[in-house]
Amino acid sequence: MYKYDHYDQAMVDARVEEFRDQVRRRIEGHLTEDQFKSLRLMNGLYLQLHAYMLRVAVPYGTLSSAQMRALADIADKYDRGYGHFTTRQNIQYNWIKLEEAPDILADLAKVEMHAIQTSGNCIRNISSDQYAGAAADEEVDPRPYAELLRQWSTFHPEFLTLPRKFKICVIASEQDRAAMRLHDIGIRILRNEAGELGARFYVGGGMGRTPMIAPVIRDFVPLDQLITYSEACLRVYNRYGRRDNKFKARIKILVHEMGADEYTRQVEEEFAHLLSQGIEPPTAELERIRTYFQDPAFEHGALDALDRSDPDFALWVDRNTMAHKQAGYINATISLKPVGGIPGDASADQMRLMADLAERYSFDELRVTHAQNIVLPHVRKADLYEVWKQLDQAGLGTANIDQIDDIIACPGLDYCSLANARSIPVAQKISQRFAAGGKADALGELKLKISGCINACGHHHAGHIGILGVDRKGKENYQLLLGGSEAEDTSLGKITGPGFDEDGIVDAIERATDVYLRERGEGERFLDTYRRIGMEPFKEAIYG
Amino acid sequence: MKILTGNDLKSGAVVWWDGRGWSLHVEDAVDAGDDADTIMAREEAARRVNVPYAIDGERSAEGRVRPAHIKDRIRALGPTVRPDLTLKPADPEAGNWVI
Amino acid sequence: MAEVLPLPSEGAGSGDHVQFRFRDDEPLMDPAVTVDAFIDQTNATAVRVEPGDDARKLLPHLGRIGLVEVNFPAFTDGRGYSVARILREAGYAGELRAVGDVLIDQLSQMKRCGFDAFAPDKPLDETDAKAAFDRWPHVYQPAADARVPIWNLRHGRNQEQNG
Repeated sequence: MYKYDHYDQAMVDARVEEFRDQVRRRIEGHLTEDQFKSLRLMNGLYLQLHAYMLRVAVPYGTLSSAQMRALADIADKYDRGYGHFTTRQNIQYNWIKLEEAPDILADLAKVEMHAIQTSGNCIRNISSDQYAGAAADEEVDPRPYAELLRQWSTFHPEFLTLPRKFKICVIASEQDRAAMRLHDIGIRILRNEAGELGARFYVGGGMGRTPMIAPVIRDFVPLDQLITYSEACLRVYNRYGRRDNKFKARIKILVHEMGADEYTRQVEEEFAHLLSQGIEPPTAELERIRTYFQDPAFEHGALDALDRSDPDFALWVDRNTMAHKQAGYINATISLKPVGGIPGDASADQMRLMADLAERYSFDELRVTHAQNIVLPHVRKADLYEVWKQLDQAGLGTANIDQIDDIIACPGLDYCSLANARSIPVAQKISQRFAAGGKADALGELKLKISGCINACGHHHAGHIGILGVDRKGKENYQLLLGGSEAEDTSLGKITGPGFDEDGIVDAIERATDVYLRERGEGERFLDTYRRIGMEPFKEAIYG
Repeated sequence: MKILTGNDLKSGAVVWWDGRGWSLHVEDAVDAGDDADTIMAREEAARRVNVPYAIDGERSAEGRVRPAHIKDRIRALGPTVRPDLTLKPADPEAGNWVI
Repeated sequence: MAEVLPLPSEGAGSGDHVQFRFRDDEPLMDPAVTVDAFIDQTNATAVRVEPGDDARKLLPHLGRIGLVEVNFPAFTDGRGYSVARILREAGYAGELRAVGDVLIDQLSQMKRCGFDAFAPDKPLDETDAKAAFDRWPHVYQPAADARVPIWNLRHGRNQEQNG
């Protein structure tokens, strides 16, 4: 994985000192809260419902064991012994003190980490496929391009005060495991007919209160123009994105109102101009970055079979692993969704165990998934049983990836000052209801996502089943959506009808899944059945 | 009644106006009445509180103050899903008071 | 950073107090007019760009511009950064002045985008401003200033880009 050189380290160290100085000026009263807010947000520091919250960047979701241990130490030393992994592949802490925040950033810098641009109206942490560099189906490892974009976007002087936040995702396989088309810019690395690698640009996707699927604005950008093209996309947005209304300020609204064709025309014009400016990094830089993402020293001829004689282990293998590009190896996903637990939360001790397992069994690497789980990307099949046993003993052996109880949930009203309703208790009740009696297993792949407000941090638009929490006359109320998908068959869910209270929504979901079990055809997932038979049968069962 | 809340600037802790200063405990909150804006402007300028705002409060039958809206009740107690991290970790009834 | 922070210059420009200026020439004393007025008045030499203005309208007239003021009515409106870069990319070499809600923590990014004079609504603390101008030991990406990006330094390309 990528390692800092003295330049990267100097930049992160300078950032720590800058923030220390900003915190001092705030505490001494030289900065108003309004002025300080935009500065702290660009260091990931929010003022949340109970305290300050710090969001730490995990670039393209990749972590070393040492980094995961440092995250555990921060949880113990500065927080309350746990952290929350997010849908943007980051981690956040809920109980941070402002006066300690600069010291936390200094601790992070020691392990080549930071909180730079994890919030604020700027280019955020670049996200990617959690199996990058390990998936059997990818064209190439997308992370070198994500790293190049990370460096380009870090402290980019023109784009630190955009109309609104800006999220970029880079993937390199047909299968989309990163909700690529629901980003402000989604980039897919692929080959053209001549066999050359390039980047397809999708611009103007997003969730929030106005969900949109990003249209393609350019089929193929040569990789030695990747940065220049990105700069053109951003400049058109910075100049013309709406600033009169916060809720219409995302690039999706600009692309929608201007039309994808006109936006593309303007980008192409800006691109042609910028090509003359020579802003693209030397190709040697991409080569340099690529050397950090070479394959680890895989054992060739490693045993490619698994002993499935332990039925619990066999079930976990079926649910939680994914094919690896190297024979004899496998991607193992650690579920952070125990039955009745808090989706995405991990204790400091669990983080340390995951770090130890990665060090011993996964070439020192871990990944954070957008579904709020952790991946050990390079596990030898011969070691998998031992890995599972250790996970299981620590309460990390839940076998439920992509099932109805592998729920994405935002922190909701339990933690978030923007939320209208709690998300976590609903997730807990659903996972308890469906885990009981093996119903979750019977349902197969069924992605359920919960947001506690219209901002959609819990991706409810993109759930096969989505839940949106709203405030109805001071009471929590939950709307039900069906038919969304964040994968390569991207679609947006539709609301079934009137909302429910906390217990009502769990019942409604059970009725919807009963329709699926009754109607499903051979090999159909919930989503497939819904797409085939439409909303009506579900509505009848839910409200009838 | 109007009660005032905000966060401590340095620690971020949720605080409530108790008539003389800022308390961690909502039970100490007092009715700020018509003085709410004056108090908040003065206290924020002195950085004794960060981002204060006034909310509706109500008094229970036993005379205890609590915020009228669920969001502020959760602020007052802590996350409902981690009773161990609330201000009343030993009180099994604390959650009922919130919801 | 080799720059030395100049002393605040007095009474420069068209009514805004220039607190920091990184130029050796004499400040222009002409009043700055709006972009539309500037295009109509062929004798105007100073122009004031507001956030919604299209800076590219000025490109045919760069030869007669001695001062561009870019207004930041609120520090949260970042359109002025693109204005500055567009003018510098087109070869504008005159004074480019940031005016309005200009704050300490935006100085270094403004300078990178090509601003070489700063007239904040409220005077800034000189020590904190100097620290802000000198904050970054390196830069990752090219902009309108002369700094060499890290990705060139790494490969022994130490010459300035663009200028």
